[in-house]
Amino acid sequence: MSLVKVTIDEIEVEVEAGTTILNAARKIGGNVVPPAMCYYSKLEGSGGKCRTCLVKVAQGSAKDPRPMPKLVPSCRTVVQNGMVVQNITSPEVMEARKAITEFLLINHPLDCPVCDQAGECSLQDLSYAHGLADTQTIEERRTFAPIDIGDKIKLHMNRCILCYRCVMVADQLTDQRVHGVLGRGDHCEISTYITKAVDNDFSGNMIDVCPVGALTDKTFRFKSRVWFTKPFDAHRDCPKCSGKVVLWMKGEEILRVTGRKDKYGELEVFICNDCRFEHKEDKDWEVEGPRKIERHSVIGQNHYEK
Amino acid sequence: MAEQILLKSLEVPGLAGFDIYRKLGGYASVEKALKNFTPDEVTAEVKKSGLRGRGGAGFPTGMKWGFIDKSTDYPRYFVCNFDESEPGTFKDRHIGQLNPHQLIEGMILGSYALGARTSYIYIRGELFYVLKIIEKAIAEAYSNGFLGENILGSGYSLDLYCHPGAGAYICGEETALIESLEGKRGNPRIKPPFPAIVGLYDCPTVVNNVETIAVLPWIINHGADAYAAIGIGNSKGTKLISACGHINKPGIYEIELGLPVEEFIYSEKYCGGIRNGNKLKAVVAGGSSVPILPADLILKTAKGEPRLMSYESLAEGDFETGTMLGSGGFIVMDETTCMVKNLLTFARFYHHESCGQCSPCREGTGWIEKILQRIENGQGTMKDIDLLVSISKHIEGNTICPLGDAAAWPVASAVRHFRQEFEDHVKLQRCPLSK
Repeated sequence: MSLVKVTIDEIEVEVEAGTTILNAARKIGGNVVPPAMCYYSKLEGSGGKCRTCLVKVAQGSAKDPRPMPKLVPSCRTVVQNGMVVQNITSPEVMEARKAITEFLLINHPLDCPVCDQAGECSLQDLSYAHGLADTQTIEERRTFAPIDIGDKIKLHMNRCILCYRCVMVADQLTDQRVHGVLGRGDHCEISTYITKAVDNDFSGNMIDVCPVGALTDKTFRFKSRVWFTKPFDAHRDCPKCSGKVVLWMKGEEILRVTGRKDKYGELEVFICNDCRFEHKEDKDWEVEGPRKIERHSVIGQNHYEK
Repeated sequence: MAEQILLKSLEVPGLAGFDIYRKLGGYASVEKALKNFTPDEVTAEVKKSGLRGRGGAGFPTGMKWGFIDKSTDYPRYFVCNFDESEPGTFKDRHIGQLNPHQLIEGMILGSYALGARTSYIYIRGELFYVLKIIEKAIAEAYSNGFLGENILGSGYSLDLYCHPGAGAYICGEETALIESLEGKRGNPRIKPPFPAIVGLYDCPTVVNNVETIAVLPWIINHGADAYAAIGIGNSKGTKLISACGHINKPGIYEIELGLPVEEFIYSEKYCGGIRNGNKLKAVVAGGSSVPILPADLILKTAKGEPRLMSYESLAEGDFETGTMLGSGGFIVMDETTCMVKNLLTFARFYHHESCGQCSPCREGTGWIEKILQRIENGQGTMKDIDLLVSISKHIEGNTICPLGDAAAWPVASAVRHFRQEFEDHVKLQRCPLSK
């Protein structure tokens, strides 16, 4: 595989040809990584929708140094040799990101105090970094009633930002997808096909890939704020999946089981529903030790990783 | 009147039938092309004619065809975009309804040039009666040997299907059209790759507008030079303009590109002036998506030259003082029209038709509509006017497909040219034009 050189925010990095700008930025790490609300490296075809990762390409390539006319989604734009990208160094990009954050929030209920996702929510992180202090909208938000889309998953459509990740999980991980996006525009909703329920061994991963609190774990709902629970890496011998999970404990009690997420909030491996929902006893698991939380979220503030 | 290419025999009764169309010289271009031209020669001819896409963007058709990679074994597809749903535009329906064989003839030529063995006409779901007419015409073309196996003994075979959409404006965007044709949700794809590389069923595909395709027989019959002789500058040939609004004679006109806008609006041959002797206030020159222009700027450019009906002249002054030829939906408004109300109508349309895939368009279009509704109702504030401009700026260029731009341009231009009227709405707390 040939290597190409790309400069992002004046930092040069060498990556394999065919890498996207976002992944090149992740190779550099730190502040230059654009936020991604819909891109998910483990899901094929994801990305390009939320537009939070827009960046400016100041120079297309060494061969053709013309800049790209519009901001491009870094998650779906492949780097060229000699490409010069501006992310946080471009005021234009920062303005666009601010605007996109505002767009994502104008119909979002901002019900973080009662949302299970609070504390590990990508939208919270995004608005913390790029949101306005005050709202410019006085309009009523579009609302949906929360529904059960399976016996273990609750859907709060109000909070959804239509990243399509859960649709792709169902497409790429399970036998048959029974839910999808209905409707058009801002009245789009995630829903199941007429009376079907999402019911398969890997449906729980939809909860983990959801960047916001639209899909939540019914076995964990309202049990605790996530920052009061402590994560431990654990594993078990599972016939269906790798069995590598994170246990979220409060005292001796296992409140929740999730997959292991990396610093970009992406699962390292998908886990099955058996592990996620059915094994919440101490004896079910081989505990490896406390999980290191690298994200800047409130969970990390507990500093219990030592 | 200029050369009539598309509207010439539309008054002939029974033109939609194969026999009468054939008697008038129909399908001659197919005979000529299959016998005398190689596919590349047909492409070269179209390139030479200077024909530009009539769907709105005005991209040179021959160049679009040239992007197709013919070196691979993948099947290639030629698709007709009949999803005409731009407010103010109703030219394609006219062709499909009255002269379906001309469209089919163009489809055969385009398919032959690209080497497509299967072609599709993607028709808007609401035009179900037109679908029936086209399907009948396709059946006639099959039974007369112009479609199917081994057309006219040339060895070239083509299957043509007419596929109805379910009535979504977004499916007029070519990648959304392709998705819809594949049986999926009509969401635009993220480009690149462009359809010429990865299109229908992941194969090289060209999508052209109905009018573009319907012109092809004339170009092959009369030669590229004859076509290039019509028009002005880089705007070659004729264009169908669907004129509507406050004019005396709304309808579909075929004009030679380069016709002065003033002549088009006031001449008896065309629109016949403004209704009731009213004053012209504003014109949307190319379907609701293009920037609206006030009377003085549509008749004359900012430099004081007369504005012509051509791609270049209408675009002169960029978006500050210019607009676009677009799809040819010519909407004329007289002094009794409220610009806020008009913009609200457009905004409601884009809000309704946004596919909801990317955030700026999904959330921004709805927000714009709500703000405009507030201003029109007399509950707006001065801040709202600036907010409109800033929202439109934030949508423009940040979306997956041009629908976001199409929603943003009318807003930005209406506030730019008619800011006073927006402010009057706020000050009076009602529409100043309503009694």
